[in-house]
Parts: sequence; C-alpha cells; structure tokens
Amino acid sequence: MEKVILVIIQVLLIAGLSPLVNGLTKKFKSLMVGRRGPRIFQPYYNLGKLFRKDSVISAHASWIFRAAPWIVFAATLSAGLLVPVWSVGTPLHFLGDVIVVAYLFGFARFFMACAGLDTASAFGGMGSSREMMVSALIEPAFLIAMFSIGIQFGTMNLTAIAREASYSLYHIFSPAFVLAFAGYFIVLIAESGRVPVDNPDTHLELTMIHEAMVLDYSGKRLALMEWGNYIKQFILICIAVNLFAPWGLCAELTPVGVAAAAGLFAGKVVVCTFCVAAVEILNAKIRLFRVPDLLMVSLSFSFLSFLYAIFAGK
Amino acid sequence: MYTIRLYLDEVKTKMNVDGSGLFVLSSVLFLTGCLAALLAYRSGRLSNLCAMVCALAGTGVAAVVAASVLAVGDAVSLQLPACLPLGGFTFRIDALSAFFILAIAVLAIPVSVYSIGYNREYFDKPQFPLAGALYNLFLLSMIMVVSANDLLTFLIGWELMSIVSYLLVVFERDRKESVNAGLLYIIMTHIGTAFIIVLFLLMASRADSVSFDLFRMIKTMGLPPGLRNALFACVLVGFGTKAGIIPLHIWLPQAHPAAPSNVSALMSGVMVKTAIYGMVRVLYDFLGATSNGWGAIVLACGVLSAILGVMYALQDHDLKRLLAFSSIENIGIILMGVGVSLIFAAHGAAPLAAVALIAGLCHVMNHAVFKGLLFMATGSVMFGTHSKNMEKLGGLIKNMPQTAFFSLIGSLAISALPPFNGFVGEWLTFQSLLAGFGSVGIFIKILFIVCTALLALTGSLAAACFVKAFGITFLGLPRSGHAEHAVESPLAMRAGMGILAALCLLLGVMPAIIMKPLSGVAAALCGVDVYEKLCGWGWLSVAPLDIRFSGASPAWILALIGIFAAVIFLLIRLRFGRIKDVVSATWDCGIPSVTPRMEYTATAFSQPLKIVFKAIYRPVKNIEVLSHETQPYFEKISKYEHTVQPIFERYLYRPIARFVISNSIKIINLQAGSIHMYLAYIFVMLIGLLLFVR
Repeated sequence: MEKVILVIIQVLLIAGLSPLVNGLTKKFKSLMVGRRGPRIFQPYYNLGKLFRKDSVISAHASWIFRAAPWIVFAATLSAGLLVPVWSVGTPLHFLGDVIVVAYLFGFARFFMACAGLDTASAFGGMGSSREMMVSALIEPAFLIAMFSIGIQFGTMNLTAIAREASYSLYHIFSPAFVLAFAGYFIVLIAESGRVPVDNPDTHLELTMIHEAMVLDYSGKRLALMEWGNYIKQFILICIAVNLFAPWGLCAELTPVGVAAAAGLFAGKVVVCTFCVAAVEILNAKIRLFRVPDLLMVSLSFSFLSFLYAIFAGK
Repeated sequence: MYTIRLYLDEVKTKMNVDGSGLFVLSSVLFLTGCLAALLAYRSGRLSNLCAMVCALAGTGVAAVVAASVLAVGDAVSLQLPACLPLGGFTFRIDALSAFFILAIAVLAIPVSVYSIGYNREYFDKPQFPLAGALYNLFLLSMIMVVSANDLLTFLIGWELMSIVSYLLVVFERDRKESVNAGLLYIIMTHIGTAFIIVLFLLMASRADSVSFDLFRMIKTMGLPPGLRNALFACVLVGFGTKAGIIPLHIWLPQAHPAAPSNVSALMSGVMVKTAIYGMVRVLYDFLGATSNGWGAIVLACGVLSAILGVMYALQDHDLKRLLAFSSIENIGIILMGVGVSLIFAAHGAAPLAAVALIAGLCHVMNHAVFKGLLFMATGSVMFGTHSKNMEKLGGLIKNMPQTAFFSLIGSLAISALPPFNGFVGEWLTFQSLLAGFGSVGIFIKILFIVCTALLALTGSLAAACFVKAFGITFLGLPRSGHAEHAVESPLAMRAGMGILAALCLLLGVMPAIIMKPLSGVAAALCGVDVYEKLCGWGWLSVAPLDIRFSGASPAWILALIGIFAAVIFLLIRLRFGRIKDVVSATWDCGIPSVTPRMEYTATAFSQPLKIVFKAIYRPVKNIEVLSHETQPYFEKISKYEHTVQPIFERYLYRPIARFVISNSIKIINLQAGSIHMYLAYIFVMLIGLLLFVR
C-alpha cells in the first residue's frame, strides 16, 4: 500500500512540478540577460489559458493528429514512473528499466512526428525530419551513458541505480561518472530541445525543431503537447540530479526523511535548471548540420565512460 | 501454459494419431493444393480458393504437429522408404524445427487468407494457376527444409525452395526488373547452395553417414582446426547468402520487391529465417559452439548488416525495397543474438547463452509477424493505388483507413516500440549484451560495447525510417491522381492483416507465449532451461535471468499509457468541457492554398540523415535545368536527383564479375571445336585420375 501511495505522489509531482521548472528556466534566462522576465508560475497560467480555448484544426488532419497529444502526454508520464524523482522506495523492477524509458520517449516521438506530417504543411514535415535526425543520433549516447552507470551498480533500473548510488557517495567522483555526466548533459540539452540544439522560443523555420511539429496545434491539444514537453524536460533533469548527485534520496516515509528529501531535491533541481539556463544564454544555436558533431561528442564521452566502467571497475 | 499442455495431451490420446501421420497429411494437403490450383485453370477464383484453402489446412496441421512437439517435448520422426542413392527421406521435428515450423505457420496462415483477395490481380494473366500452385509448393519446401533429418532431404528441400521462389519472383514476366531480379537471385542463391553442399559433404565424410543423427556426433569428435574453420566459413557464406548478410545481400533488395506482395511477405518473413535455422542447427547441434572467434565473427556480421541495412532502408522511397533493406537489418539483429549466444556458449556460461539464443529466436518470430504485416499492407496499398513509390502517394489514411491502421501497428512494432512485439526481442538482445561482461575476455568486451552502441543507433534509425514510410505514404495530401482515388482493399486482405496486427500486440503484451517454447529450444541446444528466470517473475514481465538486474513489462506499460490517457481525458472533459474544433485550412503563410507540392517528400524527409552519413552513402547530386529558348534565365523544367551510390555492387561485385568474365573468355580458347582436342583432354584426365586417385 505504501508503494502505491509513493507511486501516486510521484505521478502528481511530475505532472505538477514540470511547468514550474520550465518557468524557472525562463526566469533564470531573463535574469541573466538583465531582464525581469515572466513570473515563474506563468506556464501554469499559459496551460490554463490554452485549456479554455477552442481549437482550429486542419481539414487535412486525420485521427492521428487528434489523438497524438493524449498519447504523447500519457507515454511521457508513464516514463516518469520509472525514474527516481524524490524517493527511491519504489524501484518498480518489474515495470521497466532505462531502455524502456528511452523507448517510451521514442513512442511519444513517433506520434509527434506523424502528427507533424499529418497536416500536409511544410513546417511540420521539416520539424519531423529534423527531430528524427537529432533523436537518431542522441539515443545511442543516452543509452550508453546510462548503461555505463548501470554496469557499475549491477542494475539497469534507474531508481535502483539511484538507491545504490546514494549509499556510496564517493563513486560519483570517479572518472566513469564524470564522463557519463558530460555525455548525459549534452543529451539533456538535445532531448529537451534547448539551445544550442533547438530554440524553444522561436517560430522561425530556420531554427525550430520541436516547435515546428506542434505548429498546427491549438487549444487543449496544444496545452497537452506543451505539458508533455515540460514533463519530458523534468524527467531528464530528475535523472541528472538523482543519478549524478544522489544526496538526500529517501527510501522510507519518515517525516524527517521526507522533509529532507524534498528540500534537497528542490535545491538540486534549482541548481540544474540554473545550469541549463546558463548553457542556453552562453551559447548560440548551432547550424543544423553542426548538431551531429555535438551529438558525436556526447557519444564519445559516453563511450569512454563505458570503457572506463568495464575495464577499471568502480 | 500448463493447461494448454494438458489439453494437448488429451487431444493426442483422443485422436490417437501419431505426429508423423499428421506431418504426412500436411504434405499431402500442400500437394493437393498445388494440383487443384493447376487443374482449376479455367476459373481464377476457384483455382485461388482451392489453393489457399489447402494451404491453410496444410499449414494448420503442420502447426498442430509443431505445437504438440513444443508442448510435450518429444520429437516426431518420420522415415520414408529409401529411394535415392545418398539416402531416403527422413524427417525429424525436434524443438528447434518445431519452433521454425510454428513461425512459418504463424505467418503463412494470415498470408493465405490475404492471398484469397490479393491474387485477384493476377486472374487476367495467363500464368495465374501457377500462383496458387507455386505458393503451396513454396510452403511445402520450407517445412521440408526445417524438418529434414538427412543430407539429401535438406538439400532437395533447399533447392526446391530456391527454385520455387525464383519462379515466384519472375511471376510477372512482362516486367524487365522482375526478370533481372530473378536472374540475380538465382545466381546468388546457387552460390550459397554450393557452399552448403560443400559443408554437408565435408560433414558427411567426417561422420561417415548422411543422417543428421550421426552429424550430431561430430561435436564429440575432435576436428582439426583447419577443417573447423573451413566448415564455419562455409556455414557463414552458404547460409549467409540466403539470409542476406552484408555483403552477400545484393539480391534481396531486388528480388523481394519483384515478387507479388504475399510471396514477398513469406520470403522476407520466413524464407530468410530458414537460413538462420541452418546456421543454428549446424553451429550448435552438429559442430558444437566451442570457438570464441566464430561467435565474434557472427556478431560482427550481424551488427554490420543491421546498421547498413537500416541506413539503406532510410534512403529508399520504394516501399517494398525499403522493407527488403529493413529485413536485412532485422536479420542482423537476429545474428547478433546468435553470435552473442555462441560466444557465451564457448565460454561455458550456459544460462547467458540460452538467454541470448532466446533473444535471437524471439526476434525470428517477431520479425516474421511484423514484416509479413508490413508487406501485406504494402500489397494492399499497391492494390488500391497501383503504385509503390512513396513520392506518388500520401493521404491514404482517408480512403484506406484499415490498411493505414494496420500499417501503423506494423511500423510501431518494427521500430521496437513498447508495447508491441519488436520491443521484447530487441530488449532481450540488449540485456544479453549487457549481462555478460563478467565472463568474457577483453577483446570481446570491447566488441560488446561497440555492438551495444550500434544496436542503439540501429533502433533509433529504424524508428526514423518507419516514421517516414508511414507518414509520407498515409498522411498529408495525396501527391498524385492514383493516391487521390485510392480504394480500400477487399475483406480477405484486411482480415489477413488484422490477424497479424492482433498478434503483434498479443506477442508484445504477453511475451511468455513465445518464451515458453523458446526456453525448450534453448534447453535442447544449450542445456539449461531458463524459463523460470525469464518469465517466472510475473505473469506479464520478462527479465534476463535476474529481476534485480533489469525487467520490463510491456503489458503494464500499455495499461499505464491507457490509464493516464483516460484520466487526463476525463479530467479535462469535466473541468474544461468538450474540445470544440473549427475545421480550417492548414497554415499556408498567406499563399492561396496548400498544394501537395508544398508537402515534405520522402527524399526530403531523410535528407538530413543522408548528409550526416554521407561517408557511407556517397550521395551524388544531379541537377538539370531546361530553360526557355529565347529567355535563358527563366526555367521551364528543373530536375533534381540525389542518389545513393550502390557501394557493394560497384566496388565488390562488379570487379568480381569482370574478373570471372575475363577469365571465362580466356578459358573459351580451350573449346577449340575440334573433336581431337576433346579426346585428348579425356585421355589426359583419365591418366591423371588413375595415377593420383586410387
């Protein structure tokens, strides 16, 4: 029973906190360039506004366009159950491991890409094409980085890895972890669609990838697509902070443990969001055909990390 | 599963029929189908119906035999009276054969249902009775190959399979590409058969017999390393040609598209798998997996085929050729599983070897199911639009909704996305690569790491490829008149596709259905039954030996996605009301309206990846511009062509072909035309044989 409560809390946390993390990113970006920026709860208001609006739908769209936002949202949220968020009490070994997480993102991406092609618009096709290119190159880097960490702890389940890592904290300074983190950070940037891989604030055809796929959405469906994107980014940040900085993860439901876990988790997420915002500010978006070079750098880091983990142990 | 076993035992005792009797019955049914199709040559419908009903019956009976062998555990043997010099016809269906027969049946039953509707296209051609007749013979020959128990039966079945499939490839004999494709196919498959004959003759000379029962003793005899490696090379080249390993694959992308779609489904789905059967049978059962190097070579060939196969599939805009290249990719993944299994078996880690073998064979069954589905969907598209060129299709989801839905299921399954069946095979392959780092040497460790990375890359490229195939063909606006006036295919075709689509979901959600028979196969070949560790954990989960290491449950994932989608739908509906849609035109930037020419094309969709991987593709860009005569700066027609170079044909096969032809021309000088020269040759050869070969 305790496990079921933990699972429900995790789902609510992911769905509820992800717009806040997105708002924080925007706020940090603005402050760093000297603007006041939107309030950090603005994404909630945006979602609320979009849910109240009617939608305009293309005459050429089929049921895939209509159904894709629900599938994307549900699949991304299901992946969230498999990653450690604030507690490591529910590894859910039987449900899935890191490969399942990666392929659930792939499942959501398949439908998003099809929805982009569905409206017969050139923007949608372009977004789908570019998204499939970036995702094809980033997935090996993500999986190899996660495998390298998993091999060291003898498990591929992310929550179990975080639990093992929280027992022996000095491991996170080993070369394998540092290299894996370097590879994973680039994966985080690429998969959440941030500068320098994709610009989330633009609708220019030169620069948009994810935005191009959701260009024709409006109203409730657009709200769900945006929310799904926030959730994906939040999940990736959770993986980063809980695997590579596993301090304060609680395994039982004691009041002190829960409070400490909540506080530390909030602090870690704020730090990670700040880093992501800093990377966005300090870099320009790179040309589309320079993105594979960056992704190959990420793959190299992950690969080196894997080699180190296999041959040098922990 | 236990209840199914009890039920089958009951049926067997009630029917009181021996497995071998049923096997003979199934062969008789196939031959009846063949004859009936030929005899009913006056009426296309009758011929087709007879042929397909007999095929269904024959396949069903064979499936019953296979299922009973897998459930009960003892092999079924059959010996026909010896009538040929090198041995009579002996058949033996053990666990491995039964599994492959089951895979053939699982694909052949829906394809036969599909063919009842599909073969209508050929009723007006003079050769239509052959469609049904050759189809039955094809199924018979494949079942013969996987159940053969001696050299001659296997070779006869293999040759029959090759020749019948050649005749089916050149079925549409008015099309030049079909005839050329058939010629290339028959040449390549006979090169492979030559190596297989050499292999079996060497083994027969070693075992002093032609029966496979005695071939099994070879692994207990010591073989000199030179002979072992020669045998392995023969296995790799011989069976590899039929399987379509790179670089022996050049016939596959030409032959599979040229055949009728139902035959392509069978060729891609099960004919290439008979080669995998041959490899597993020889390498495990006859020679014994004792060499590390072999496993590494098989793994390397597998990963090379996988990555190159998917890369070439990405750049194709012919639907059937794309599927053929994708078959090469999946054969690569299967070989990866088999190679990893051989490596572990050589190191003595039997449970790990069993898991890896199960991963490879699981992918055999899964690939048969979803590739068959995709080929049938392509056939349905061709039936409705008379085109298989993606650049001329589009928007088919409006006129062909069921075909589109089944094609979506097939595309999701082949991209290895949960909760469909492709995911389980690929996931297990990953797990078998990851689980064994402790037991292997340094070089193999590095190989495993590289292969894991490349397998991940293959998976993501396959998803990109099938987003393109599905999206460009079915979504958006129709790009030609054919696509605009598409018609949905008849009920029989849709029924066949529906069966396979349901199987894709069922096998994905309940992997235990496949894992049980596969554990039996692995127990027979590797010596240890891992079913409890794989699936004993939870009814719907699968885990590689240790649930603490990793686990996955596609059923739960499907349930979660469904629950979350339903919950959010209800919450939004209750709080914000129904979605109100205003239907309007797609955003067109102010230009009067969106035309099909503005859509993304298939070439455009995969172009970013073509540029990223240009070292492999070596694309050639060709732009021709035709201007007005008096106004040179105004273009009338411009033609843009961006092609991928056929590397293997140009740099590997053409030099070999040139070498063979130039040497043949020199050897022609021996045929001087004078009878005196020929008599002299015979005399010299006779003296030589008498002196040197006693």
